Amino acid sequence: MSSPDIGYLRQNGRVSKVASTTLRDSFSVSLTVGAYGVAFGAASVANGFSVLQSCLLSLLTFSGASQFAVVGVMGAGGNPISAIATASLLGVRNGLYGVIMAPRLKVRGLKRIVAAQITIDESTGVALNQESRGADAMRHGFYLTGFGVFIFWNLFTLAGALGAQAMGDIRAWGLDAAVPAAFLGLVWPRLVTKRDRAIALAAVALALALTPILPAGLPIIATAFIAIAVGLRP
Amino acid sequence: MSALWIATIGTSVIAFLLKYSGHSIPERFLSNPKIQRINALIPIALLSALVGVQTITEKSKLIIDHRLAGMGVAIIALFLKAPFPVVVLSAALTSAAIYNWF
Repeated sequence: MSSPDIGYLRQNGRVSKVASTTLRDSFSVSLTVGAYGVAFGAASVANGFSVLQSCLLSLLTFSGASQFAVVGVMGAGGNPISAIATASLLGVRNGLYGVIMAPRLKVRGLKRIVAAQITIDESTGVALNQESRGADAMRHGFYLTGFGVFIFWNLFTLAGALGAQAMGDIRAWGLDAAVPAAFLGLVWPRLVTKRDRAIALAAVALALALTPILPAGLPIIATAFIAIAVGLRP
Repeated sequence: MSALWIATIGTSVIAFLLKYSGHSIPERFLSNPKIQRINALIPIALLSALVGVQTITEKSKLIIDHRLAGMGVAIIALFLKAPFPVVVLSAALTSAAIYNWF
């Protein structure tokens, strides 16, 4: 099914038409996902990061799960190495998205740097969703969603960080429960099969069992071994 | 440099290098199905662990408090297919109500 063209996008010196469905997909994903930035900004400040550090994480790391992880581990009293390691394990999938997108984007130099920075769940997801509409639509979906999420995510991070800073005692506002609830909201859609749910429960149990024994942060990283053990089985 | 700055900068640098390396290496290196499967499972394990640790631990001790009530409501909201903001807000409101009034 074809949809009306709504505008034009120039890429690699070539101008192509943008389908209205691609634009609509990109925009709705950008706005909804970008709005989660409020939760991140608030969580970041609640866990001791400054407004500036929170905004830099959104601008530079720009990967929701990794950002929540680094503030979560530091907030739990972990050292920076465990925080960086946890966040980086969660960031590996962006590298895999890059492998998928690179042959379709075919960009070099500065453009490749920009494309890499906006290679996240949402931009790749919308791009793959446009596959039936052709290669141009995939690129449009990738860039429109990538830039769209980037803009909204960063604006909403600032709003959330400033809001949390103005609160004072974050427990009186329930922010200490909002943070794990945000993690739960991120992981919930991934719990599709019985095996996924078993891994989730095992990870919670292992992390809690190790918490009194290991330094903060390590109990979380340790649960990656559950994923590796299950993934290696035929 | 403070620990928070090290975490902020370190995470950002590695996050970018991971993204950029994906754009720069040939597809066949990562097409191994086991790598793909582990990669899909790691977020489930780590995010679930974070849920547990952030809900019922404080400074290396297991503690049950107002946060657990908030999470209970968040789970109910998710079972009712509530959107993300409703999940987070309902958890926050429940937790805050218990913290302030008990």
